[in-house]
Amino acid sequence: MTLGISVPAGLELIKAVQLHKSFGSISVLNGIDLTIKSGEVHAILGENGAGKSTLVKLLSGYENLSSGSISVQPLDSEDAGDLLKRFVWNQKTAEALNVILIHQEFNLIDELTVAENMFLGAERLRHFSVLGLRLLDRSGMDEIASKYLRILKSNIAPSDKVGSLSVAEKQLVEIAKALSKNPRVLILDEPTAVLTEQESRILFTRIKELRSDGVAVVFISHKLEEISALADCVTIIRDGNQVGCYKVSELSKDKMAKLMVGRELSKLFPSIPTPASKSDLAMSVSALEIEGNDSVSFELKKGEVLGFAGLVGSGRSALMEALVGLRRAKRKVVFIKGTKIFIKNLADARSNNITYLTKDRKGSGLFLEKTAAFNFSLFALKQFSHWFLDAKTELKAFLRALNLFDVRVKDLEAGVSRLSGGNQQKLLIAKMLETAPEIIIFDEPTRGIDIGTKGQIYRLLAELTQKGCAIIILSSDMNEIIGLSHRVAVMRGGQLAGILEGEDINNVEIMRYAAGLKKQHSKN
Amino acid sequence: MTLNKKSIGPFIALVLIFLLGVFVNEAFLSSGNLANILARSSFIGIVAIGATFVITAGGIDLSVGSMAAFISGCMIMLMNVLFQSINSIIIVICIAVLASITMGLLAGLINGLLTTKAKIEAFIVTLGTMGIYRSLVTFMADGGTLSLSFTINDVYSSVYYGDFLGIPYPVWVFLGLAVMAYILMNKTIFGRHLFAVGSSEKVSLYSAIDTEKIKILAFMIQGFCVSIATIIYVPRLGSASGQTGVLWELEAIAAVIIGGTALKGGYGRVWGTVAGALILTLIGNILNLTDMVSNYLNGAVQGLIIIAAVVIQQKNGEQVKS
Repeated sequence: MTLGISVPAGLELIKAVQLHKSFGSISVLNGIDLTIKSGEVHAILGENGAGKSTLVKLLSGYENLSSGSISVQPLDSEDAGDLLKRFVWNQKTAEALNVILIHQEFNLIDELTVAENMFLGAERLRHFSVLGLRLLDRSGMDEIASKYLRILKSNIAPSDKVGSLSVAEKQLVEIAKALSKNPRVLILDEPTAVLTEQESRILFTRIKELRSDGVAVVFISHKLEEISALADCVTIIRDGNQVGCYKVSELSKDKMAKLMVGRELSKLFPSIPTPASKSDLAMSVSALEIEGNDSVSFELKKGEVLGFAGLVGSGRSALMEALVGLRRAKRKVVFIKGTKIFIKNLADARSNNITYLTKDRKGSGLFLEKTAAFNFSLFALKQFSHWFLDAKTELKAFLRALNLFDVRVKDLEAGVSRLSGGNQQKLLIAKMLETAPEIIIFDEPTRGIDIGTKGQIYRLLAELTQKGCAIIILSSDMNEIIGLSHRVAVMRGGQLAGILEGEDINNVEIMRYAAGLKKQHSKN
Repeated sequence: MTLNKKSIGPFIALVLIFLLGVFVNEAFLSSGNLANILARSSFIGIVAIGATFVITAGGIDLSVGSMAAFISGCMIMLMNVLFQSINSIIIVICIAVLASITMGLLAGLINGLLTTKAKIEAFIVTLGTMGIYRSLVTFMADGGTLSLSFTINDVYSSVYYGDFLGIPYPVWVFLGLAVMAYILMNKTIFGRHLFAVGSSEKVSLYSAIDTEKIKILAFMIQGFCVSIATIIYVPRLGSASGQTGVLWELEAIAAVIIGGTALKGGYGRVWGTVAGALILTLIGNILNLTDMVSNYLNGAVQGLIIIAAVVIQQKNGEQVKS
């Protein structure tokens, strides 16, 4: 069966030159060149935050270019000379030229059926009308939907409600939907992140079929083995810059990992003295088990920074949330200063001097419509209350914290939604540190923050360790993990793949564990 | 209590409507009429103070009117029964008062547990309990009216009709509750947590707040307020029926909204609610005293005021944002 539109192989379908993209003052992509050819699988490889998703959004018209150009081969032409520069390039014009993107996040409506979702906005109507209204051609849509689902070797029925499907099945529906649009260029943003190995294999078989039909496939992944197995060429980007475009057959997986992460550590990171080996333990987690995962154990010394690295979805946040009582743990054995402690909820964690700074500062860290002062004191209210709240002490502490953490609030009466990401983050830090915790868990402390504020936060971390605080830092920014941590725990699929120390703390080694090329065997 | 541009609206409206009353009929300013206005607004006012807590926490309680009727019915039956074996009327009344408070707290607890532990929406839960209490009181009265024994009501009626310094007791109770509620909402950790839970449950959880406890307590405060309103309402008529407290829930919610509390939760104003309750009663009273607008249009005028109040609040909100 033929999928997509048949095009001779090797024809340049999209030629992107010097793509730049910035959001406000933050530059995300700096000059990417990319040529997408028919009958080729083109992988895009890069770390979290390197700009991969932004790149494919530019290619598929979901984001506007800041500068650069995109040329596309017209539909009816097979002549390389016809490649046409596109001055209007948006989602509509892209789809009109059969350039289809499958997003990393699903765009499906749970309440509708599979077929209804596949034809959403492009519903098929019956040929006759009733009282001037043409009715939906349900059976026709179901038929087409089931055709594409069969192609994917899936038993999903077109009449199934999307809400009842598993995450992997939803992904397949997205893929079937994209296939039903006859893609000439099919772009997949991390399609296998939620698929099982078998489902991934079926998907790869389909992708290879599409390729032999002349479809150009672009796919994002940071799973090196997938790229080796599937892609013809790979464009590697790092921090928004193009490292290069390589033939996959000429590249080993190790080389790929090195190219993806290889860079110098800047002076951004303060040096944090390694705690002496005899230093007191701040906390010992001898068992922490979430439903469905193996038990994890680690120790944390006073004055130490323990980094948790891993790819998106590796389960770092879930593990820490389970530790502080924000999520159910199946088994949790934690000792502080040799005493076993019980943490049922975040309040218990707080009374044991443990604090957790969420990575989702807008969704779970701060009340966006409330003032900075309201946000600041909420976690430490007991300190400002003897029967009744003492507004004076509260205000004093607030002003001191604004100064100490350099939170810049222009309008004290306004909601914090108006603060910049950096100021919001510093306010969140001020809020969660007001109780003077000794064990601090930072989850993505610098995501979406300018470089200046990043430096401030890193220096703050260093100061905290001088005071004897123990710090756990969860980050997708490899630089950050390496620049700050004394030891690095690497997680993969909810499991602890290994804990690295000293010389082993480098990009390549961490990536090997994170990507599953290497695994430490637990000591016990 | 802090007054700023945002929260002063209901008080200006109250003054304007009061002046309108003075202008419409001189009988308006008679001490009898003023005392009557205050006493009448205290029922809705007390219930509305409780509603302020529930709404601030992001909930809603539709069951308050039926709850008041049910508790009234229970109090009357209890007193009539107790009076057969206990000679002291005062003791009988005291037991009934304690029973009323216990029932109010329990009813609030049930609403709270169903919304938090069973995770059913407050609207649905209280719609359900509303129907249950309403039908229970109708059943208890056998479709008719439950009347308090005259001997008891002779003594008990002073709770409603008596006064201190010329001001009826219900008004003192209303005022006392308002002061306590204001302190609880604005000067305690509980109050701050209430705002937090109504503003965002998720952020509250990540700020170590026991959101379920806060919501349950808000419903219990509402239940307590209903029981207090019932205690001073029963001696007014000395009876209860299936029609007792009908539409109280909507009047209470209206008072809360007019007072400037956000229906979506996260921000509550106790004194605003007090002003809201007074405004609602004043409108009815003024329409009674004038021929210009029919008294039958009372509901329409109240409706207009509610909508106007929300429109003004939204405009204020926009100004703050821009």
